[in-house]
Amino acid sequence: MAELPDTREKLTPDTFLRGLWEENPVFVMLLGMCPVLAVTSTTMNALAMGLATTFVLVCSSMLVSLLRNWIPKQVRIASYIVIIATFVTIVDYGIQAISLELYAALGAFIQLIVANCVILGRAEAYASKQRLTTTFVNSLGMGAGFTLALLALGTVREILGNGTILGISLFPADFQPWIVMILPPGGFFVLGAWLLLFNWLRLRKERKQTEQIGVTAHAR
Amino acid sequence: MHAEPLSLIFLNAAIVNNFVLALFLGICPFLGVSGKKETAWNMGLATMFVMLVSSAAAYGINELLTELDLLFLRLICYIAVIASAVQLVEMFVKRFSPALFRSLGIFLPLITTNCAILGLALFQTAKEYDFLQSLVYALGAGAGFTLALMLMAGLREKLALAKVPDVSQGAAMSLMLAGLLSLAFMGFAGLGGSHG
Repeated sequence: MAELPDTREKLTPDTFLRGLWEENPVFVMLLGMCPVLAVTSTTMNALAMGLATTFVLVCSSMLVSLLRNWIPKQVRIASYIVIIATFVTIVDYGIQAISLELYAALGAFIQLIVANCVILGRAEAYASKQRLTTTFVNSLGMGAGFTLALLALGTVREILGNGTILGISLFPADFQPWIVMILPPGGFFVLGAWLLLFNWLRLRKERKQTEQIGVTAHAR
Repeated sequence: MHAEPLSLIFLNAAIVNNFVLALFLGICPFLGVSGKKETAWNMGLATMFVMLVSSAAAYGINELLTELDLLFLRLICYIAVIASAVQLVEMFVKRFSPALFRSLGIFLPLITTNCAILGLALFQTAKEYDFLQSLVYALGAGAGFTLALMLMAGLREKLALAKVPDVSQGAAMSLMLAGLLSLAFMGFAGLGGSHG
């Protein structure tokens, strides 16, 4: 414990933006996949689930960050879980009060936010070490990234599987929807396709970079 | 729903509404530990054991909380019970099979955040199963989870030797495979009765 490096992060735009792209919880870190696949059969469900998760993520990260000096190291995981479960219970009752229809559509997956590893991961890897403000911004970014990923899946699946977006019909009346897309296999396929796209983009970028290095080296 | 025969509950949980491939529960270990058949098998057994313990405990807790009118504490109690059950399994495995303990690694404590287990506890409460039905449901769910994990591990062991395009390596390929498996399991829809 002789030198304790200052691990506390300075607040920059990157604190927020990282969650959206570079460390996107779904597309890059592959965390919290269960709700991502299960509730994204329509855009509306995806949006609601994303917002609910973001709320729990932000609130529990902030509380963990506030209590970080008081939680004993040995029981930290249990403490985080209890904190998360508390906020999930709040969200659960909240959604039930706002819209029973939405509550029925999301089903058990609202309560299953407890077992979402994105949230526990944030608490353990970030909130337990950082100040309140950076934690707030960072977890908000992560939540936004998670919601974005859910929307990316939800819209594609709704358009293909139901021919609608947010309930508004896109195609003429005789359009035959591709029903498998709103069924379980569709979830796996669409997420797989998004990952393929991101892999392709990343590979292309890497290839361009190596080419550029090659060109500059040649010019010298 | 109350008179649902035990055989149908088992069939329903294990195959028709397979926890991984039809209900999307427990995707993280499904993608994470399905690299080798042996690890997949052990992971499946450990998960099944935790499922049985937490299912039995969840039944008792639900009765108690209903009695005391404290239902809003249900979620917190369930997750606490699951965490303790996982701790129990961890100690057990460490004591009797250190090799297995090492091969499961981080995924053993992570059973706590396996939503298949919490999902099981929540579903059995929602379906109002009695004690025996709950246990059979847990057994079926565990068997289904193990089955999905083994199928995936078998496929991935074969795939490791195949040449696939660069762009589809890693998680993208696994997800596509899972999609195909899920498509195959849809063929079981309607088997053994019409209830969901």
